[in-house]
Amino acid sequence: MSNIPGELKYLSSHEWARLESDGETVTIGITDHAQDLLGDVVFVELPEVDAEIAAGDEAGVVESVKAASDVFSPVSGIVIAVNEDLEDAPELVNSDPYDDGWFFKVKASDLDELGSLLDAEAYAEVCQDEDH
Amino acid sequence: MLIFEKGQPGRFATSQAPKASGKCDDIPAELMRKTPAAMPEVSELQTVRHFTNLSRKNFSIDTQFYPLGSCTMKYNPRGAHKAASLPGFLARHPLAPESHSQGYLACVYELQEILKDVTGMAGVSLCPMAGAQGEFAGVAMIRAYHEARQDHARSEIIVPEAAHGTNPATAVMCGYKVVEIPVRTDGDVDLEALQQAAGPQTAGIMMTNPSTCGVFERQIEDISRIVHEAGGLLYYDGANLNAILGKVRPGDMGFDVLHMNLHKTFATPHGGGGPGSGPVAVGERLLPYLPTPIVGRSDAENGSRYHWLDQDDLPDSIGRLSAFMGNAGIILRAYVYAILLGREGLHRVGEFSTLNANYMATLMQQAGFQLAYPERRATHEFIVTLNKQAKELGVTAMDFAKRLLDFGYHAPTTYFPLLVPECFLIEPTETESIDELEGFVEAMIAIQKEAESSAELVKGAPYSQPVKRLDDVKAARELDVAYQRS
Repeated sequence: MSNIPGELKYLSSHEWARLESDGETVTIGITDHAQDLLGDVVFVELPEVDAEIAAGDEAGVVESVKAASDVFSPVSGIVIAVNEDLEDAPELVNSDPYDDGWFFKVKASDLDELGSLLDAEAYAEVCQDEDH
Repeated sequence: MLIFEKGQPGRFATSQAPKASGKCDDIPAELMRKTPAAMPEVSELQTVRHFTNLSRKNFSIDTQFYPLGSCTMKYNPRGAHKAASLPGFLARHPLAPESHSQGYLACVYELQEILKDVTGMAGVSLCPMAGAQGEFAGVAMIRAYHEARQDHARSEIIVPEAAHGTNPATAVMCGYKVVEIPVRTDGDVDLEALQQAAGPQTAGIMMTNPSTCGVFERQIEDISRIVHEAGGLLYYDGANLNAILGKVRPGDMGFDVLHMNLHKTFATPHGGGGPGSGPVAVGERLLPYLPTPIVGRSDAENGSRYHWLDQDDLPDSIGRLSAFMGNAGIILRAYVYAILLGREGLHRVGEFSTLNANYMATLMQQAGFQLAYPERRATHEFIVTLNKQAKELGVTAMDFAKRLLDFGYHAPTTYFPLLVPECFLIEPTETESIDELEGFVEAMIAIQKEAESSAELVKGAPYSQPVKRLDDVKAARELDVAYQRS
């Protein structure tokens, strides 16, 4: 069973979102289940800093030896930082998907959007269904 | 070892030396190279040995069963090669006048007619150099059609999950937004999702039938109706045409435009990045937009004459795709292949490719392997999922694929389509004998036994090839593709 931290919010397309302590920054990455399905990540394409994105937009691409997948933003807002470490060390997505392997940070324009995301329990069910 | 690393400075083969002095006095000094070109300095025998040894390392359809799903790796008949290599064809200059090219033009014209007949379409252009360019030409024609009608609001192309992997890229290249719709667990398109996605913004849908799930889309008439009612057009990716050759025609299913891969379905040489051929065929509505040139025929009392139709004849054409019309030699091979088989033979292609796939699928199911769509009849290819083996034994589809090489079989397509985990997409084609089909299944059974008793053996494969298991992660992360002479 993959690691699904209880304090995070999720999309069924396997992104996680974490509201930081400043109350407006949301950090986004892909889940442990996603990195496990993808296998060794070899390349990550991230959004531009200062770009405006809407919830559900394609915000990046993650590429492994098996497949390339779009990464969607769970929330709307302005991109304020991207994880530049992933450029040289995409394997961080595999080794530490919830911490060092984060993708980008958004200054959220509508925090209510977080309420409509999946909680850990609902996301665990999504993963379960996929496994048949 | 690279050929550059063999030989000695100054060594060369007389047979390869330039015959003329090559003296050109009028090349401007700034265009002259300052250092000599880095050429291999080897003898004739060293060259022969180098390339002969390389060819012996090749895993190819000429040496082994090659069931690469979605790629149709069938045998290329030597007869087609022989006929296409006649000196009259080989030595014809692409700018030779029509009067000197009647034989070649007649073959091209007849191939256009055969492809129209096989696909049920109104017109064919042989211009696209390969499948990707064929897709591009097809969607460019859809775009030209909507623009000619001043229908500028159509900005989206619908692509089902089970479409060919290249389709979304083509739609984006032609300036469209891709709208993906899901397939149901039985492999058919989710019609409700299609109904919701289709609208006044829909330029068209791109799909392949049979789909990459290896099953025939049974609701194709409903799909055609929904997309046409929304004002969009239907694009057929010919990737899987081999399954239905002579049985069902894309034109009869309601498609408006398609491309074919002659290097798949019409058995022209395939793989290795060699010349391809991706003709497009269209229904009445898209006829004016076909890429040029096309070969036309005019009949007179003293016989038929063949001639090029160009932009002057087809002013609304999307234009040329390359300097000349496609890869002449490949087009000729496809023509000879079609003539060798004839109408009845082409029917048997679809029948036997489907029979072979279903026979293999049944054998594998009986041996305990899990089919992805067990309730569906396979088309020319089928999907096995090794998810259980990966979970319970830690032996993945990639491990099975590598071990197959040791048994003398090229691995099937792995990890595609993406919607089935740990999958093999297996396409035997009609040109394999029952012995090969059974041999492959026996190898899979043997590997399954190994996976159960000694998983590490399978995970370390291959052992019998010129190279061992490659580190594909390192290769992707530390990309190094340019050779530099040390």
